[in-house]
Amino acid sequence: MSFIFLQQIINGLTIGMIYALIALGYTMVYGIAQLINFAHGEIFMVGAYLGLVGYSLLKLLFPAGGHGPLWVAGVFIFVMPCTAFLGVLIERFAYRPLRNAPRLAPLITAIGISFLLQNVVMLIFGPSDKSFPAILTVKNYPLGRAAVTNLQLFIACVSIALMFGLHFFVKKTRTGKAMRALADDREAASLVGINTDRVMSWAFLIGSALAGAGGVMFGMYYNTINFHDGYLAGLKAFTAAVLGGIGNIPGAMFGGLLIGILEGLGAGYISSSWKNVFAFHVLILILLLRPSGLLGARVVKKA
Amino acid sequence: MKDSFVKAQYPAIFSKRAGLSGLIFFIFLFPLIDRNPYHIDIFVTAGIFILLALGLNVIVGYAGILNLGYAALFAVGAYAYAFANLNLHLPFWPGLAVSAAAAALAGMLFAFPALRLSGDYLAIVTLGAGEIVRIALNNLDAITGGPNGLLGIEHPRLGFLNYDFGVRSEPYYYLVYALVFAAAFLLKRLESSPLGRAWVAMREDELAASCMGVNLVWAKLWAFAIGGFVAGIAGCVFASKQGTVSPDSFDFVVSVMVLAMIVLGGLGNIWGAVLGAFVLSLLPEFLRGADVYRMLFFGLAMILMMLLRPQGILGEVRHREEFQKASGDNA
Repeated sequence: MSFIFLQQIINGLTIGMIYALIALGYTMVYGIAQLINFAHGEIFMVGAYLGLVGYSLLKLLFPAGGHGPLWVAGVFIFVMPCTAFLGVLIERFAYRPLRNAPRLAPLITAIGISFLLQNVVMLIFGPSDKSFPAILTVKNYPLGRAAVTNLQLFIACVSIALMFGLHFFVKKTRTGKAMRALADDREAASLVGINTDRVMSWAFLIGSALAGAGGVMFGMYYNTINFHDGYLAGLKAFTAAVLGGIGNIPGAMFGGLLIGILEGLGAGYISSSWKNVFAFHVLILILLLRPSGLLGARVVKKA
Repeated sequence: MKDSFVKAQYPAIFSKRAGLSGLIFFIFLFPLIDRNPYHIDIFVTAGIFILLALGLNVIVGYAGILNLGYAALFAVGAYAYAFANLNLHLPFWPGLAVSAAAAALAGMLFAFPALRLSGDYLAIVTLGAGEIVRIALNNLDAITGGPNGLLGIEHPRLGFLNYDFGVRSEPYYYLVYALVFAAAFLLKRLESSPLGRAWVAMREDELAASCMGVNLVWAKLWAFAIGGFVAGIAGCVFASKQGTVSPDSFDFVVSVMVLAMIVLGGLGNIWGAVLGAFVLSLLPEFLRGADVYRMLFFGLAMILMMLLRPQGILGEVRHREEFQKASGDNA
């Protein structure tokens, strides 16, 4: 019994890391622009497909070999700038013109972007599942009767490193400081000379790069990818961001891990077809008890 | 004042009443002119979406509560009729009432989180609740037939004429558009009722509204109940026309599409909801020539339409004024 528990916690934490990476993009954009970037899940999906493209390109350049840490690094170095660029592009053409429009207008362009990206990917790669190359040779490390694979350790390490990087960026750099200023009060930030457009682009750039990394790791972990994957993963990551208190960066990490663990335990003890329901039930319960998320600030609406 | 100004400029043929009569006349004649059942079917589907858009407009447009799980209420309506018909042999017409009541009740259940939460937190809860309903329908094989759904639902009949709707398209067409007109008329009346004004007040400023004596709990419950009622009717018509119901007809994409329809048409405006639903349900048909690129163009069209008219095709007058006055903050 207990080894199932441990194993499901390990599996849940792994997928939770990926959810957390996607959730960071949602929460950063929300914190700065009060915008739910519904196309974010598709950026994650595009990242997974770009991983496939990057791998094939590397294979063309270096026909010998095909797996190992260097290859993994190569794929990441290819994918993350690409998705970052895609994110900046989307912000520039679909969201920036609607900055002062009614609140729901960018939601609709986001849905349009989702359709667009899904269909572009489907037209290029076809509607069926694509197998993702095994870039790392999977090894099992026993942990009592449960086991952890080197892939799971790798996903955990990369995610934690990226999250620490982001934390450092937001806390220590000038752009990070500008982001926090924008999240506090956009008007005041622009009054003191912060270029709000540039900071917004930065938020999309970083969020999309993280989602791209998440996409590659998702492909490596599950070995198959589909153009529909972005929808559910995006939904759960958004749930995770809200669960942790949207706009709150540590909250998004925490929410992602929590959703992952809940899903792992739900799949292990109840049934895997109900695992999605489990996460949403917990979400509703938690939000009813703490209406602004687990780590969200309790904002007084109007004094 | 604006209205009288407009009226003075144009001849009587452009008046609202003349336009409406013309529209009713055209809708009545359409199946008699175009006898292609495929075209009529498309219009029936569009009509069902118009009903959904009208219902969601009450929740999102009037009351200002972002609901991302509206398809669940549509599903409750469809499955309610399916259960009542398959197990109790309830005919369509009382089934319509059962579906509407069931979906209204489900709407009120949905509203409970709304009493405590607000804004995007509420949106995500409605999204979660919608997913829970869909996955439950998918997994409760013994009751809902699982992913295959329920089969063999009876089509509507007119008992006194001994007329079965069957798989023809025209009777559904007239049924759906009669319901659309009834719903639009009643909701238009509701807009200027005390409840309608309470919703708008709540949408603009909850705190101020409650200070002026608006009962926020009741206003929210009513918005969800009425939105659910309309979705239930749409669901019942949908189930009776298809003869089957299955969970994929009610996934998140449906909720999002209906939301896109009312935002595109102009939030809070009944004619906007009708127009948005009509445009977005017919657009994929017009793009059929683009073949595999159809949904790609559909996405592009959505983006372009929103960029060109951020306030929707027909924004509500109140929204429009607000939009012009306070363009700085996002209301």
